[in-house]
Amino acid sequence: MAFTAGVITFPGSNCDRDMAVAIEAVSGKPATRIWHGDAALPDGLDFIAVPGGFSYGDYLRSGAMAANSPVMRAVAEAAERGVPVLGVCNGFQILTETGLLPGALMRNAGIHFVCREVPLIVGNDTSLFTAKYSKGQEIVIPVAHHDGNYYADDETLDRLEGEGQVAFRYAENPNGSARDIAGVLNAKGNVLGMMPHPERMIEAAQGGDDGRALFEAVFEGLSVA
Amino acid sequence: MKVNVHVSLKSGVLDPQGRAIHHALEGLGFSGVNDVRAGRLIALDVADDTSDEALDEMCRKLLANMVIENYRIEKVG
Repeated sequence: MAFTAGVITFPGSNCDRDMAVAIEAVSGKPATRIWHGDAALPDGLDFIAVPGGFSYGDYLRSGAMAANSPVMRAVAEAAERGVPVLGVCNGFQILTETGLLPGALMRNAGIHFVCREVPLIVGNDTSLFTAKYSKGQEIVIPVAHHDGNYYADDETLDRLEGEGQVAFRYAENPNGSARDIAGVLNAKGNVLGMMPHPERMIEAAQGGDDGRALFEAVFEGLSVA
Repeated sequence: MKVNVHVSLKSGVLDPQGRAIHHALEGLGFSGVNDVRAGRLIALDVADDTSDEALDEMCRKLLANMVIENYRIEKVG
């Protein structure tokens, strides 16, 4: 079947190519590259990735300017129609700023930029994105961010935990995130935001391939749908 | 019309930057600093007939992230 994935590029994105390479490595099909100024998305996208980087220089707040760009309005509409959307790192920050995901990403508790591999615990193994992991499984994925400190009020955190929307937790919290949260799903389960970079762990030559199963799950999940 | 928008973290939200500044002040030998909160000042120059509602909407839609931040609008002339 046809699988059409799109990767958004903002001025300042720097993981967009990695994301496109990861998608092609897993699906065998090149991803469509989408420029931030496009007010409309190409027709028939099955999957949209919002990559990492420093969109618009992270002016005002990380992800704040990108969240108000024309293309993100189109992405939000697509997400509301049920199109799966993955936001990684700056992409996660953008998805919270658009309101597609709850909470906010604040400055790391230790102030410093953190760039290293971190162990994660899989918190959900039933979503489109996480179906090829098992709950409680430990995987290793790198983080590289300054603003990864996940915050939401207690009521929201309780709801996320109660509804199985915590996709990944840090086994060793690198940034002060509330309840060790590294990645969250929206209520419908078609939007995932995460600070760690699964697209950087696709094959052994990258130091590990624990991220591959996420892209495989999306590709296979959409292929049987 | 000149308008200053003061954006600050909500009370109860941990402020890592404020804490680091606090620590640095103590390192410089300043004692008696009880707490430090860091924020942001955004200085706007807007048309004189800009409504309070419009200013409020600017803050809510973009200038502040209402999940973690409060804002205060100050008309300075």
